[in-house]
Amino acid sequence: MAPTGAGKTLAGFLPSLTALAERPPARTSRGLHTLYISPLKALAVDIARNLEAPIAEMGLAIRVETRTGDTPSHKRTRQIARPPDILLTTPEQLALLIAHREAADLFAGLRCVVLDELHALVTSKRGDLLSLALARLHRLSPGLVAIGLSATVREPDDLRRYLVPQITDDEPPAPLPSAGEGDPRSGSGEGSALSGEVVPSPACSAGTLPREGGRGLADAMADLVVVHGGAPPDLHMLDTGLRLPLAGHTAWQAMPAIYDLIGRHRTVLVFVNTRLQAEYTFQELWRINEESYPIALHHGSLDATQRRRVEAAMAAGQLRAIVCTATLDLGIDWGDVDLVVNIGAPKGASRIMQRIGRANHRMDEPSKAYLVPANRFEMLECQAALDAVEAAAQDTPDARLGAPDVLAQHVLGMACADAFDPLQLYAEIVSAAPYATLSWEDFEAVVDYVATGGYALRAYERFAKIVRGADGLWRVRDARIAQQYRMNVGTIVESAKVKVRLARNVRGKPGAILPKGGRVLGEIEEDFADTLTPGDTFLFAGEVLRFEGLAEDEALATRAGPGTDPAIPSYAGAKFPLSTFLAARVRALIADPSGWDRMPGQVADYLAQQASRSVLPGPTDLLVETFPRAGRYYLTAFPFEGRLAHQTLGMLLTRRLERARMRPLGFAANDYGIAIFMTRDIGERIALEPDFLASLFAEDMLGDDLEAWLDESAMMKRTFRQCAVIAGLIERRYPGQAKTGRQVTISTDLVYDVLKKHQPDHLLLRAARQDAATGLLDVKRLGVMLRRIQGRILHKALTRVSPLSVSVMLEIGREKVYGEGADEILAEAEAQLLEEALG
Amino acid sequence: MALGARLEKTTKAPGLTLAGELLTLDLCGGVWLAAHRTLIVSDLHLEKGSAYAVRSGQFLPPYDTRETLACLHEAVARFDPACVVALGDSFHDARGPERMEPGDRAMVAALQEGRDWVWIAGNHDHAVTEGVGGRYAETLRIGGLTLRHEPGQDAEEGEIAGHLHPCGKVAMRGRAVRRRCFITDGRRLIMPAFGAYAGGLNVRNPVFEPLFPTGFTAHLLGDGRVFAIGRTMLAKD
Repeated sequence: MAPTGAGKTLAGFLPSLTALAERPPARTSRGLHTLYISPLKALAVDIARNLEAPIAEMGLAIRVETRTGDTPSHKRTRQIARPPDILLTTPEQLALLIAHREAADLFAGLRCVVLDELHALVTSKRGDLLSLALARLHRLSPGLVAIGLSATVREPDDLRRYLVPQITDDEPPAPLPSAGEGDPRSGSGEGSALSGEVVPSPACSAGTLPREGGRGLADAMADLVVVHGGAPPDLHMLDTGLRLPLAGHTAWQAMPAIYDLIGRHRTVLVFVNTRLQAEYTFQELWRINEESYPIALHHGSLDATQRRRVEAAMAAGQLRAIVCTATLDLGIDWGDVDLVVNIGAPKGASRIMQRIGRANHRMDEPSKAYLVPANRFEMLECQAALDAVEAAAQDTPDARLGAPDVLAQHVLGMACADAFDPLQLYAEIVSAAPYATLSWEDFEAVVDYVATGGYALRAYERFAKIVRGADGLWRVRDARIAQQYRMNVGTIVESAKVKVRLARNVRGKPGAILPKGGRVLGEIEEDFADTLTPGDTFLFAGEVLRFEGLAEDEALATRAGPGTDPAIPSYAGAKFPLSTFLAARVRALIADPSGWDRMPGQVADYLAQQASRSVLPGPTDLLVETFPRAGRYYLTAFPFEGRLAHQTLGMLLTRRLERARMRPLGFAANDYGIAIFMTRDIGERIALEPDFLASLFAEDMLGDDLEAWLDESAMMKRTFRQCAVIAGLIERRYPGQAKTGRQVTISTDLVYDVLKKHQPDHLLLRAARQDAATGLLDVKRLGVMLRRIQGRILHKALTRVSPLSVSVMLEIGREKVYGEGADEILAEAEAQLLEEALG
Repeated sequence: MALGARLEKTTKAPGLTLAGELLTLDLCGGVWLAAHRTLIVSDLHLEKGSAYAVRSGQFLPPYDTRETLACLHEAVARFDPACVVALGDSFHDARGPERMEPGDRAMVAALQEGRDWVWIAGNHDHAVTEGVGGRYAETLRIGGLTLRHEPGQDAEEGEIAGHLHPCGKVAMRGRAVRRRCFITDGRRLIMPAFGAYAGGLNVRNPVFEPLFPTGFTAHLLGDGRVFAIGRTMLAKD
């Protein structure tokens, strides 16, 4: 574990290079020695280049190769027949390799596996998939050494468990990885001015492990090598002295100051949180770019070749600045970045530290960075992040519980590799840390799902994908099923996208466009394209575009005239919720006026106003304000638990208010709070019924109300779709694959509706619920919050909106407002027909 | 209309006159001809789930048939029709009836009990009625109406057809609602698909143009009632 820039990637290879250089000259075949896994294809390719140089310089006879989705098939075949010494690849490619018929031979002699950027991998389903592959590797090659490379994290023990086989109650302890040729300790923490420490695994010295009742987690952990950080970062909040608005995320006031910073540095990385912010920032910087600095844009919706061009120009030192989203959080070490600017809320302490680490890859010099708040609330969040960085506090997420849909994919893969014995495969799977608590019954349910879909109605026995033979072993039915597995491997489910193509206007005919001909600018989510109507303007690829219509699988757009404002506020892009840790720090900052002077004066003014007009909540209180405005009644609440949890809260509160006949009309949410508006006087109701508020926010909200809402939630349906694709229930749609009219494709929404009605406890519905707890709905966090605030609700009945409430009120109209049912939309469309008929 | 305006939940379904006959467009997706005590449903696509298992090894939840039959049962219980017409593509493929679970088969028989039941031939299930009761017809005339599966290009006035699975989309203020719908120009009617797994084809697809040369109104199946939406308010996919 080491801070970014400590050179851990090459350190990870040292044991392997030493062992490979010292081995006797090759006589016959030498198998695969070391496997390197990276979350990014580009990173694997880049590391290969960086490894080849020293190997060539030292004249070592070591063959290094990469294997990615781009590797030609003849090379893939050759890599299995005559493997290189070191193979660099991705988790998906590893899954394919271990499902190969030759896997046992290929990996029998594997000595070492290096998992790069482990902190980023383990937080997702990709980490679940990788953990299962790692368990298989440990079985195929007992004594294998697994080395994880990670940035500093909150709970290093989670990563240490991830690397080594977990010992379970049902099985005798597996042999722990011995420190053979390739001992990670032999090459690390030495030869530099950096201090390091080695923490041996308790299991190494203890031998047998203490057990707890049931399937307890045994403490098998990898050794830990910690490289302590070099120079502390040179980190500041950018204070332009200008008054910041109470809401909004564009940071338009800061653009001249950021431009000025670009002028005074070699290369600047400008990080933002969403694609919309990236588009906006890029456009604003170019608007004031009088020096014509080369400033580029990088985000996930842009065309891939465009992104590669930007990365290459960056590596070559040709750019002064790149405006980017999380797409550049990981990856290639940019040599010459000397400043990181982070626009908007930092969202999490660890996230911001990793971003800062992208600047200046020499550990003995400080990384220089500025945090740029876009509104007054973000000033509080930036201050909380500054404090956290100074205290070197981490808020990386908890270890995951392995997802059942990923396990289903893996089980089919293992049947493709070879016939499997269920008891043996179960023992192997529970040796992977994320699946260590998996029960035998749940494992059996997964095998049943893979075989025939796992339905109570045994309709598909005749078509089973895997079949149990008389010898008790499970085998894949035929080559077609194996092919299906290979086509669907992986856990990243891209939402369906449509290309955005620049259409050309027909000369002399305003409004008429040529359907083809322009270049492709990138892709937008199909869900977003669905909501566009011709004439809508939106920001994309650095310009304001006018949507002209859909043609086949493409969205056609023209450049909007100069000075046009984009009318459609945003399209989906990554939005991270505020971390629990930073949220607690923000609440503490608000509650303690003695710390206000560390922030720009306008924040203290703002909070003082709030204190005089309403009240400042204590660090664990929930402030609820009610007030009338323009014929409606508002309820605002400030849990500070992040947008996702607040959206879920808003949905649930709206249901309850509906039932209490308060006639809620809708709500808006941001990272800090929610505002619900209704036609009945909520303040009066609370005054008449003292328990009303407490019961409104009661924990039982997460019972029936949640269930009822989940059943029809669009986000739940999206979550289900992802599980269904990963588990192989429906096949992946590949980009470029012709869309076969919606008439014949089966909609997962329809499947979801039927399944939840007829078999609500089905494996995939359980998988979707598990995801909903932490994913798009953040139910788990909402639960923790509701527990925290019981008996701590601070209600303030006001006659007008308070300074705190203004911030969330401003979200109404800016972001999507929720609570509008399908029938309301249809009724409005119907009313237009009546108007036409009458008019 | 203001955001979130409250709607009156009306149980009165919209009526439509076609070739002198009064049709009720029901929220379940069926047409009720009160004068003839006849219920028409189209494109049931029974056993679509199991067809996928046979063809492509995808194990969709095998509950689509019972779900579709349960919806049909609800409508039959409500109208108590003397005659039920299934307007073609009642089974997803010709071997669908063979794959039906005994329970589902019994459900079909119970629905047919005491009433006339007509399977109209579809393109997926041409001439399939063996072992599933009822009688079979290519087309059916009821009063001034002609019932057939595929809409004819030069159809007579009063044609009721299915086959195309019409679906309408309304996009407004960053939200889109896509629902199954009836589509009509007052001369002919195309019905929505009734089957649980049946997909939909957007009514703005060019396929519909020659069928409705003078335009059409779509009647979308909402949550609480059927909504009449004009062509200008309907978005493409």
